[in-house]
Amino acid sequence: MNARDGLQLAMYTGALMALTPWLGGHILRAANGERHLLSRFLLPVERLIYRTAGVAPDEEMRWTQYALSVVWFNGMGLVLLLVLQMLQEYLPLNPQGLPSPSWHLALNTAVSFATNTNWQAYSGEATMSYLTQSLGFTVQNFLSAATGVAVLLALTRGLVRRSTRTLGNFWADLVRTTLHLFLPLSVLLAVVLVSQGVVQNLSPSAEATTLEHAHQVIPLGPAASQIAIKQLGTNGGGFFGTNSAHPFENPTPLSNFLEMLAILLIPSALCSTYGHMVGSRRQGWAIWTVMMLLFLAGLGLALWAEHQPNPALGGLPNLEGKETRFGIANSVLWATATTGASNGSVNAMHDSFSPLGGLVPLVNILLGEVVFGGVGAGLYGMLMFVVLTVFMAGLLVGRTPEYLGKKVEAREVRLAMIAVLAPCAIVLVSAAAAAVVPAGTGSLNNAGPHGLSEILYAFASMTNNNGSAFGGLHAATPFYDLVGALCMLLGRFAVIVPVLALAGGMASKKVSPASTGTLRTDGGLFMILLVGVVIIVGALTFLPVLTLGPVIEHLLMLQGRVF
Amino acid sequence: MRTPSSLLDPGLLKAAGSSAFRKLDPRVQWANPVMFVTELGAVLCTLAVAGNLLVGSWDGFDLQATLWLWFTVFFASFAEALAEGRGKAQAESLKRARTQATARRLQNDREECVAATELQKGDVVVCEAEDIIPADGEVIEGIATVDESAITGESAPVIRESGGDRSAVTGGTRVISDRIVIRVTSEKGNTFLDRMITMVEGAQRQRTPNEIALGQLLLGLTAAFVLAVFTLPAFTHYSAAAGGKPDAAPLSLVVLVCLLVCLIPTTIGGLLSAIGISGIDRLIRRNVMATSGRAVEAAGDIDVLLLDKTGTITLGSRRAAAFLPAPGLTPNQLADAAQLASLADATPEGRSIVVLAKEGFNLRGREVAAPHAKFVPFTAQTRMSGVDLPGSDGQPTRRIRKGAASAVRTFVESQGGQFPGEVAAAVDEVARQGGTPLVVAENGRVLGVIQLKDVVKGGIKERFARLRRMGIRTVMITGDNPLTAAAIAAEAGVDDFMAQATPEDKLARIRDEQARGHLVAMTGDGTNDAPALAQADVGVAMNTGTQAAREAGNMVDLDSNPTKLIEIVEIGKQLLTTRGALTTFSIANDVAKYFAILPAMFGGLYAVNAARPGPLSALNLMHLATPQSAILSAVIFNALIIIALIPLALRGVRYRPLGATAVLRRNLFVYGLGGLAAPFVGIKLLDLLITCLGIA
Repeated sequence: MNARDGLQLAMYTGALMALTPWLGGHILRAANGERHLLSRFLLPVERLIYRTAGVAPDEEMRWTQYALSVVWFNGMGLVLLLVLQMLQEYLPLNPQGLPSPSWHLALNTAVSFATNTNWQAYSGEATMSYLTQSLGFTVQNFLSAATGVAVLLALTRGLVRRSTRTLGNFWADLVRTTLHLFLPLSVLLAVVLVSQGVVQNLSPSAEATTLEHAHQVIPLGPAASQIAIKQLGTNGGGFFGTNSAHPFENPTPLSNFLEMLAILLIPSALCSTYGHMVGSRRQGWAIWTVMMLLFLAGLGLALWAEHQPNPALGGLPNLEGKETRFGIANSVLWATATTGASNGSVNAMHDSFSPLGGLVPLVNILLGEVVFGGVGAGLYGMLMFVVLTVFMAGLLVGRTPEYLGKKVEAREVRLAMIAVLAPCAIVLVSAAAAAVVPAGTGSLNNAGPHGLSEILYAFASMTNNNGSAFGGLHAATPFYDLVGALCMLLGRFAVIVPVLALAGGMASKKVSPASTGTLRTDGGLFMILLVGVVIIVGALTFLPVLTLGPVIEHLLMLQGRVF
Repeated sequence: MRTPSSLLDPGLLKAAGSSAFRKLDPRVQWANPVMFVTELGAVLCTLAVAGNLLVGSWDGFDLQATLWLWFTVFFASFAEALAEGRGKAQAESLKRARTQATARRLQNDREECVAATELQKGDVVVCEAEDIIPADGEVIEGIATVDESAITGESAPVIRESGGDRSAVTGGTRVISDRIVIRVTSEKGNTFLDRMITMVEGAQRQRTPNEIALGQLLLGLTAAFVLAVFTLPAFTHYSAAAGGKPDAAPLSLVVLVCLLVCLIPTTIGGLLSAIGISGIDRLIRRNVMATSGRAVEAAGDIDVLLLDKTGTITLGSRRAAAFLPAPGLTPNQLADAAQLASLADATPEGRSIVVLAKEGFNLRGREVAAPHAKFVPFTAQTRMSGVDLPGSDGQPTRRIRKGAASAVRTFVESQGGQFPGEVAAAVDEVARQGGTPLVVAENGRVLGVIQLKDVVKGGIKERFARLRRMGIRTVMITGDNPLTAAAIAAEAGVDDFMAQATPEDKLARIRDEQARGHLVAMTGDGTNDAPALAQADVGVAMNTGTQAAREAGNMVDLDSNPTKLIEIVEIGKQLLTTRGALTTFSIANDVAKYFAILPAMFGGLYAVNAARPGPLSALNLMHLATPQSAILSAVIFNALIIIALIPLALRGVRYRPLGATAVLRRNLFVYGLGGLAAPFVGIKLLDLLITCLGIA
């Protein structure tokens, strides 16, 4: 690691920190339906959408209504996406004449995009038509991301409101977030990316003859528009199979920087929005700091690990699987950001990282995607950890725990435990199943502990709605498609439903004023405790299996044995 | 009631031991998921060992591990039984007070003897000296001294009389003198004594809200660990096959159960109910009866405390504070006359004047002891008291009087004197500041004013400061005018006060505080306190108070000490802190246990040959001797730590009023870091011991 790498990291975190309050304020205005720079153009559209859909945006919903709307809406999106894929060979905008994918791949992919996972068991340019990509995936990229933000808004209202039962209106949250947040930012980013050379057209693939007189098909398509939202909406599903390692997806250092920034931008800004909404910006920054600490810790470990000479490569730098254009620092930074947020886009092969370098992305995902995490999802996931931390801290100081003046009682603890532990349980069970059944181990390209890491990574990535692949695993099989689809669905909704239930319960509570006996939740001690709880829950659940995967692989590597 | 019993009382230990065996019944354990899982694991291991014995194979390690798993369950049951046992001993002594008393029931002016258990609510009974009062009731006629030591442990008798705030009597107490007629106010089986017995026996112990919430947390953790442990065979199977030696790490059922039991929070799970029971027990030891554990826990949360001024904050009587002489006189002269006038005055006010004169002006009660002095007592007609001192001729020459300003004015003017304007002004000023003015006059001359004022109890300011550090705001309630109230509030150091408060005002104030999200505690004794006591989140009734007050509150203080609330709050906080501390400790322990058990389980994986251990033995940070000794040490540590922490669970973590952040920092340091480090040391020592003994 050299000074330029250091400068790059400093610029990255600096830009993130600088943009957070500004964008956070914008999201607040967007969510509240207040006026902003683009209101003049967007408000008529918003009203038109409400009129067309017959939605009353001011109609308040209870948590059950809200949750039903979320499930229903995402369910419909899933069905539409499934139909679109299955009919793709009969539909227009398919210049390569791609056939419809297998039903299980289509199902897996539909679930994947509807749940903001964007796990891709296929290679985009070789499997999906332009229509499927832009009308199906890009649309879901927006809507699944907006769903995450909507759930966060509902949770926040639940924490703030007093003695009520309602959490806002899902349709209004969905429309406002999409229209006022994701759309303008995506257009902006897409245009900048096009200026850097990212392709955006509907042309069939270009055909060329190389210097060696070989025939080469160069895929094209409406890439920039999808890439912008896949980065901003923590979706991650690339237009091309190699995702942002592809020169048409990520051509220049600037595009690389902006795409990386876009990964964490909105999750980070939402912390600031949250602070505004709960009436204490310090609360927002406290959570932001905790996320940043976890992020930097992972980044530091991964950078260190990747800079260690690999004995198997005779002490050469560990550049296998990395784009030489980006080098080690940018590959590691991207990997840490994309797994911290549940983005899942990649610009390097995580499979080829050193054992500990690969451990960091894996652990980021296993922690439940709360290191900034998915848009909305990361913060509401972190808030579940906050609830548990508040509970523990409350017991330790001898007072019924309170968060933002509201009592944390048995119901909250139960729901937060479900939201935190459900993904852990799903990952453990599905990965264990895959490690013993032939359908699971048959997809492995690597032996030994590395194979176990691949299986664990795959199910962690799907369950926690990250979507990045470790690589090295042949995922387009009925087993992985179907078990994976189940994991993605459960991983998404077994968190969202308890989160909304908790919000509903909190909304009906009274607020107790703070006294000296009340534990501050925006101080350093609480932040340290929160970091501890996040790590302990993840570590205690996954330490045994991580021992059998990356840890043993690292120890074996030190003995000179690699897999 | 006070039956101090040491933790190591052999009788208690024996009773707890046998009770613990009965608690091993899975239907009892079912209520506690952590211990139920442990017991289930122990049963499975027992079956596995027995199965192996049947086929003739024998494994000393399996047997020992299984035994220690059973010990783990037993120790947890023992802790609970021990906590209950202390209560049971107290219940026994209470039950003796309830023994077959007979009642003298009055019906149609005729007295008849019936068993106390046959009394109905509304019956009227007579009690005379040496009678045991047969049931809770209210004195409707007469006055008597009553020995309540059976309940309060306080041997000094108390007075009970009809009417007013001292009319309640408790079944099981004994009349010492005189005769009273009592109307029974409780249904049979639901008397105060019955409730108290149920309470200490813990038969009706309901789990408190925070205990239920913690139960959810522990259940979730247990479920997560069950999954983490029982998916391990799959991952190990894969790893062993991938390492080329499919049987490199055979995970026996016993080893898996050992890992599981070590990981699930058995320390807190095993001690959880003991903590709750002993919390109530500590209250009882301080002579406070709570009607539910819920109220005790709520006490830890209160942030507003309403206190009556009189008897709680002030001593209840007024004291002389200053001498304000009339124009032309020195304070010394006034003090001298005032002291003479008060020498025979036995009221606290009178005595305080003598003391103030003595201390402030070095005047001693000297020549006035002269036999000729004639003391004039206070009467309702004159509203004055004083002394007549004879001159040399035996005729009274000095007639000194002290009393209310209007009475003294009449006295002075009747002798042709005048009441100076300056003195009248001083009288008004004293009244305005909340004091009581007493005017002193000699013959026709007004000498000045004695300022009497409420005296704040010693040490009360420190207690309020302690409450403030605990995050509790104190509100003083008084019938005084706002100025008086403000002066006393400032002196006592309360945070707020309510002047000229009526019972309705109290109730309204409580509702108001609650509407703003506060949890309110209050103490009271009078019938008119009952609504407020019922409305408050924690209402502590004084045992000397009326039956209505005792019914309305959710706690009764047998010592009738209003500042007892501080201790109640501390016990409530202790209850939570102890649970939190042991939970933290329990979870922090897991790290060391992982480092003991994982290398033991996986040490053989990917080993190049049998001679060289596999790479994961690098995680054996403690250098434990063998896989068997490592696992056994962890299980033994896990079981013994429950026993080791029983005293802490029963005594409670010490509460310090430091403010939330400081308390959190301290407890995290002690129980978090301590919990992280302790098992590393403990397991290593046990491993050394096991290796020395050669048992594994």
